[in-house]
Amino acid sequence: MAAEEATIDPMHQFQIDTLWGSLDGSPFAFTNSALWMLVVLGTIYAFMIGGMKRQLVPGRWQAAVEGVTGFITSMLSTNVGPEGRRYVPWVFTVFMFILVANLMGMMPFGVIPGVHPFTVTSQFTVTGVMALISFGIVLAVGFWKHGFHFFSLFVPANTPFVLKLLIVPIEFVSFMVRPFSLALRLFVAMIAGHILVKVFGSFIVSGLNAEGMMGPAVSLLSFVFIVGVSALELLVCAIQAYVFALLTSLYINDAVNLH
Amino acid sequence: MDFASAQVIGAGLAAIGVGAAAIGVGHVFGSFLESAIRNPAAADGQQGRLFIGFAAAELLGLIAFAVAMIILYAR
Repeated sequence: MAAEEATIDPMHQFQIDTLWGSLDGSPFAFTNSALWMLVVLGTIYAFMIGGMKRQLVPGRWQAAVEGVTGFITSMLSTNVGPEGRRYVPWVFTVFMFILVANLMGMMPFGVIPGVHPFTVTSQFTVTGVMALISFGIVLAVGFWKHGFHFFSLFVPANTPFVLKLLIVPIEFVSFMVRPFSLALRLFVAMIAGHILVKVFGSFIVSGLNAEGMMGPAVSLLSFVFIVGVSALELLVCAIQAYVFALLTSLYINDAVNLH
Repeated sequence: MDFASAQVIGAGLAAIGVGAAAIGVGHVFGSFLESAIRNPAAADGQQGRLFIGFAAAELLGLIAFAVAMIILYAR
């Protein structure tokens, strides 16, 4: 009996399902995306509450929390300077949310039937809103501190006039495209990794169903590959959170100090 | 050539860009290591710039991937 043609649908994991209410007619429904945002929030809350005992000699948990906060604080103070500490709340929030949401999406909860993890950051709306808030902070801080002098961001000092005609539009476009690139990077990195894992996961299943010796061999190879890719994905989760926080702090630096 | 096969070929061609970005990312980290080994004392201070370069190179590959996906799933 020939094995049935396996249908690969790697995009299904990004589908938004409503759990309560419906999305027809009303934009308010409790979706699986909202559920996993709550899971992420609960995880971060539990992590932070365990480490905020403020003991003089920190335990392991407190040292972990202080490590993360210290990491973000030092990143902002090296990139922005002494004023950077004022922006720690937003950068820390966005870093923790992205990191935990990415890691939660990688969790193998699928072994429990009916439960599958949803990667919150694999939706462009979610990453887009975070990028727009970062961009909004840059605009607000820039205009608040420098007024219309903020536009000198687009004009490099001591440049010949002819060159300015060329550079100003380029700088303007590269400034306006920032929220887009910030959101797109995170969202596509998450989508790509998850599709890769799911495609090779389907190779394992169809390899086991195939006849002959080749099928199991392909399955085994795919399984080994998946283990490697999953490790790489964990690295990518952390790198993407770091890059988002780093670029946000660099953009804030532009707004605070001009250049 | 019917639409479906043209779609798959187009998506495959768009995916070449991902490989080009892989060269770029390798170049970023390779150049960093090359100079970090010559002057290890200065290496830690440049990690921010390393990741900015990595992010820029990676973004272009991810855009190529997004284009491939848009072509592949276009109706």
